[in-house]
Amino acid sequence: MSLDPEAMAPPETPWQEFLRIFRKDYQALFGFWVLMLLLVSALAGKALTEWWVVFDPEVVRLTDKFLPPFSVPSPDSLPTDRPFGGIYLMGTDELGRDVFARMFQGSFVSLSIGFVAVGISLGIGILLGGLSGFYGHVKLWCITVDTLIMRFTDAMMCFPTFFLILTAVALLPPSIYTIMMIIGLFSWMGTARFVRAEFLSIREQDYVTAAKALGIPEGRIIFRHMVPNALAPVFVSATIGVASAILTESGLSFLGFGVPPPDATWGNILSDGKGFIFDAPWLFFIPGMAIFVVVLAFNLVGEGLREALNPKLRSR
Amino acid sequence: MWNFIIRNIAQRLILLVIVSFVAHSFIHLAPGEPSEVDPMNPRMKPEDIAKIRAAFHLDDPLYMQYAYWIRDLASGELKSFKDSQPVLPKIWDRFLNSLPLFILATLLVWTWAFPAGIYGAVFRGGVYDRGTVFLSYALISVPGFFLSYLAILWVVGWFGVPVISIKTFGMEHAESAYKIMDRVWHLVIPSVMAAIGGIAVLSRYVRSQMLEVLSQDYVRTARAKGLEEDTVIYGHALGNALLPFVTMFGLLLPGLIGGSVIFEQIFAWPGLGRLAYEAILSRDFPIIMTLNFIAAVLTLAGTLLSDILYAVVDPRIRLH
Repeated sequence: MSLDPEAMAPPETPWQEFLRIFRKDYQALFGFWVLMLLLVSALAGKALTEWWVVFDPEVVRLTDKFLPPFSVPSPDSLPTDRPFGGIYLMGTDELGRDVFARMFQGSFVSLSIGFVAVGISLGIGILLGGLSGFYGHVKLWCITVDTLIMRFTDAMMCFPTFFLILTAVALLPPSIYTIMMIIGLFSWMGTARFVRAEFLSIREQDYVTAAKALGIPEGRIIFRHMVPNALAPVFVSATIGVASAILTESGLSFLGFGVPPPDATWGNILSDGKGFIFDAPWLFFIPGMAIFVVVLAFNLVGEGLREALNPKLRSR
Repeated sequence: MWNFIIRNIAQRLILLVIVSFVAHSFIHLAPGEPSEVDPMNPRMKPEDIAKIRAAFHLDDPLYMQYAYWIRDLASGELKSFKDSQPVLPKIWDRFLNSLPLFILATLLVWTWAFPAGIYGAVFRGGVYDRGTVFLSYALISVPGFFLSYLAILWVVGWFGVPVISIKTFGMEHAESAYKIMDRVWHLVIPSVMAAIGGIAVLSRYVRSQMLEVLSQDYVRTARAKGLEEDTVIYGHALGNALLPFVTMFGLLLPGLIGGSVIFEQIFAWPGLGRLAYEAILSRDFPIIMTLNFIAAVLTLAGTLLSDILYAVVDPRIRLH
């Protein structure tokens, strides 16, 4: 009797299964498209504001201060300073800068703060968590690697994160790179802890034993066989991490420790706008709503990924 | 049991020493010093700066500064760089200001998150469930100060009451009913704003915990033997679903310092978070260090408390 290879194959690959579940989740799908739109506008914003003068967010037009959205430039303004399309889509701020151009530029800066910060925190978290999970039993002098790393993680978790970030940002010279690094350096603890937990359980799985029995080198076992299996929850927390990094940045901006000018981020447009909440409400509401929608989209996508990647939740 | 507790306390004390050491070196190694807060001031002569540095021990090696800090903290004589006030009474005053805010916010979180999460889980997939899940995502996605400003505009415009700071000045001779209402308005808005994030996060935890329990075999058994649905949910499932949250009491403690910086700043509430913010602005190292230290003590005490509580309420956990 021969086995039919068609019947032996699983009905769908994990990727197909993931797509099937993710597609049914309307909230996550909505978030996904918002993020795609954001990504495109961030890249376009970077390119346009760098090279195309009608999008220059730093042009100061003292004749056009505090114009509401959809208003046309005043006749006194210089013809070279006219905004794109001849109208201020989102109005102008207290220096007559085009809010649309600033939001455009800010989308790239805000997004890159989120991505770089999460990249740093994931890098540290996966490295320390993986070391601790895989080589945890190795003894260095008198304590094990696991004790060393996890006690350090515990020590870092003792500080209130936002307070620590605030202290670091306030003491270090202000720059966009400092903020990215600080947010990343102080938010890796959660990732390290659950990568370690994943590694501890994966290390005991049969396929790892099989790989060892086949004589596959250790590095290959770790990076080719174990890391991909430990990454699903990391991916979820990374998505949510970007959202919280954007929120943290706006909180820092509010306290006056945000990205220094002339770089525009959504956080500092919002916190500059709070002073004009009665006279020029668009300066406050446009960046506020933009942050809200984008962070919400990241959170919804994160939740959708969690549902689609976690087999335990599916069966219910 | 006692063995476990004593060993845990010992471990945490060691951790605390490491934490204080990390915090101290981190703050002192970072650029920016108390003597440089006002570098543009023409009246600050180099000899003045030298005098300040000598008075604050800033020229001594790091381990000596650490020793001075520990000595002064232990003897209660630690002084603020900024105004030479003793640090501990200063922190205690601010702590008393923060306390009502913290208590009310905690109460709000715990009384709202549980019903919201439990109903969501019981009627999973319904309009209410999807609505609250979406709402909780929306609430954690708004920048806190954006929402607070909207709330201030709304409350001040709609009810015509002031909400900034602890109380309205110049009401000393008003009737006590007015005074109390004034205090309540000033307290409620910041507490609600501080609680919103907590409600959103905790209600999602409660919901997923309740879902986990509802899928257990004993719930199916209880249903199979014909119990009322209410008995199944409130008699059998609820208690087990709530078990892990007992431990969260301990984890709330550090929120006293860390969670409140932004909200106390918005509402000009003279509490611990604002003290921390002011200390950071003026490079007031003793206050920053001591607040960090207290936060670490609270975190460690909180995790210890939650470990012990967990063992007390859940007989399946064995301490060793």
